Amino acid sequence: MEIDKNQLLRFTTAGSVDDGKSTLIGRLLYDSKAIFEDQLESVENTSRKKGHEGIDLALFTDGLRDEREQGITIDVAYRYFTTPKRKFIIADTPGHIQYTRNMVTGASTANAALILIDARHGVIEQTKRHAFIASLLQIPHIIVCINKMDLVDYSEEVYENIVSQFEGFSSKLIVKDIQFLPISALNGDNVVNRSTNMDWYQGPPLLHALETMHIGSDINKIDARFPVQTVLRPQREGFIDYRGYAGRVASGIFRKGDEVVVMPSGFSSKIKSIDTMEGAMDEVFAPMSVSITLEDDIDISRGDMIVKQNNQPKALQEFDAMLCWFNTSAAKPRAKYTIVHTSNEQKAMIKDVIYKIDVNTYARQEEDNTLNMNDIARITIRTTRPLMVDEYRDNRITGSFILIEDSTHETVAAGMIV
Amino acid sequence: MSKYYLNYLDELESEAIYILREVYAQFQNPVILFSGGKDSILVTHLAKKAFYPCKIPFPLLHIDTGHNFPETIQFRDNLVKNLGVQLLVGSVQESIDAGRVAEERGKHATRNALQITTLLDAIESNKIDCAIGGGRRDEEKARAKERFFSHRDDFGQWDPKNQRPELWNILNGKHFEGEHFRAFPISNWTEMDVWNYIKREQIEIPSLYKAHNREVVWRSDSWIPVSEYLKLEENEKIHTKKVRFRTLGDITITGGIESDADTLDKIVLEVAAMKQTERGNRTDDKRSDTAMEDRKREGYF
Repeated sequence: MEIDKNQLLRFTTAGSVDDGKSTLIGRLLYDSKAIFEDQLESVENTSRKKGHEGIDLALFTDGLRDEREQGITIDVAYRYFTTPKRKFIIADTPGHIQYTRNMVTGASTANAALILIDARHGVIEQTKRHAFIASLLQIPHIIVCINKMDLVDYSEEVYENIVSQFEGFSSKLIVKDIQFLPISALNGDNVVNRSTNMDWYQGPPLLHALETMHIGSDINKIDARFPVQTVLRPQREGFIDYRGYAGRVASGIFRKGDEVVVMPSGFSSKIKSIDTMEGAMDEVFAPMSVSITLEDDIDISRGDMIVKQNNQPKALQEFDAMLCWFNTSAAKPRAKYTIVHTSNEQKAMIKDVIYKIDVNTYARQEEDNTLNMNDIARITIRTTRPLMVDEYRDNRITGSFILIEDSTHETVAAGMIV
Repeated sequence: MSKYYLNYLDELESEAIYILREVYAQFQNPVILFSGGKDSILVTHLAKKAFYPCKIPFPLLHIDTGHNFPETIQFRDNLVKNLGVQLLVGSVQESIDAGRVAEERGKHATRNALQITTLLDAIESNKIDCAIGGGRRDEEKARAKERFFSHRDDFGQWDPKNQRPELWNILNGKHFEGEHFRAFPISNWTEMDVWNYIKREQIEIPSLYKAHNREVVWRSDSWIPVSEYLKLEENEKIHTKKVRFRTLGDITITGGIESDADTLDKIVLEVAAMKQTERGNRTDDKRSDTAMEDRKREGYF
């Protein structure tokens, strides 16, 4: 196994218990041999106690006591499996409770989203909601799994109808790459192995699609952005004047000798070195963590951003964003929040709610400007000092932010800059 | 394929370094929880990388149950000396002597759960606002729900149903006085990833992880090491076996597996072929289906 070249793929699954989401994840883990004997034994025991025939694959994804008792997923859970081609991280998010918060969280780092549709029911409200959030969060790849094909006699006609239903409403959404798959998670059709029950389907099974999906272009390699997390000053022998700016490249590529500008101060300099414990590097790209030194002595601290002279983000104090509200208490009009954007932190105020979006119908509502739990709205935000921003569709890291309520310290909202 | 992509180990490393630097930037007084096990050794190694050429800017905190493998203590002391960092020790024995906790009674009594009080006391007395741990989400079902930055209230308790959402790579470590955070930089690593990385980086680990001859008894489906704390039960016999340990906890509860894997290469191969989970040999997790969740809610690692 050539593990040295294997990439990491993060995907999210959204759906309710009824869609067979847990069964699908259980199937992926089980058929890719990510389940250990003692886990299997414990699931077999529980399956027997609950009176199931065979093993209930869904039990593999049970987590907390309440989830086991109620048979629901409460919070995002992460699962892991590896094949000879890739390492996978699944963000398993619940479809009902706190759905926006959890789905948005899972989607924020995902390369791909699996959307599950029950072949017996076709496209339902929840499908539209999932597709909308995947598109809003700009997940680069979407795989629509039409599940429970065994319950519709593996009918090509049923499958084709659902595909066109989906295409009908999703034409309003921006999705870069979309695939459809007829599966039965319960029986394993087209999950890891190709189904022998659906000769009419010529495409690859799900795992193969995940293993071969082109994710090299998912990260922005053009706009070089380096948010400074902290400054490294060893002040010990051999490093007396060393001043390294520690951070993780948000996007793009930096090279030794590059002409750079430090924002927001606007001072320019050149990259003197790019350092790691293993030694200096000639170039560095997203998402690597390094420390950068500059030719000139400039005052730089956490929250500043190093960018290239010829490609700079906008420094804005007022901008529009799509905002997802997560908290049980509604947004207070013109109240101040702490905004966290890359390593930068300022005070901010929601100046205006332009419209809210109904995630089920995609209709805009301009009259109602309250922001309640699970609401998604286009807003105008104003900050005390300029932030160095890009549009979210160009840059997931420098185009995103969270809002924190100062009286509780809770993360109350997430925003994507438009 | 373009040369501008990272393999999965590099990506996990970069993510962990990012998280460690966020801890440093957002907290006043963080520590690394150090048990002497491979995961806390890995976190310490990653901290070395994150702050190079500076020294690791956090002390190590060891919660000492008194029931240690002697090798663990020796390894810990060497590491602390080489890194030039401060070592803080929270002693479960002292908590017992001070009447803060009482020894468990019964046949398989351990000091595992007693560590919670000692840990929370150490966090309070040292004014620690963030304790960095080596917990991984693949280890256990309750740990699968953990955040990178995990909030603890002023009683040190975890409320898994009311956690702050973590989006993109933005981490919210804001807290009130008396509350603290746990940070888990290697959340996304699996046991296999840890071993592949240890092998790649040639990280030094305690000899206990490598196959060696040791006196053991067969109990709860694994080989429990003979030590001064072990009370032999009827019908139990002492054997000498070639064993190694997949995880390291108290000497009283950590079971070994029979193995010939005495090098990192052999360990990686053996782990890849394992059919039992890593914590399958930990009697502390076997007590009930939600043993880990129950302890974690109270403030466990």
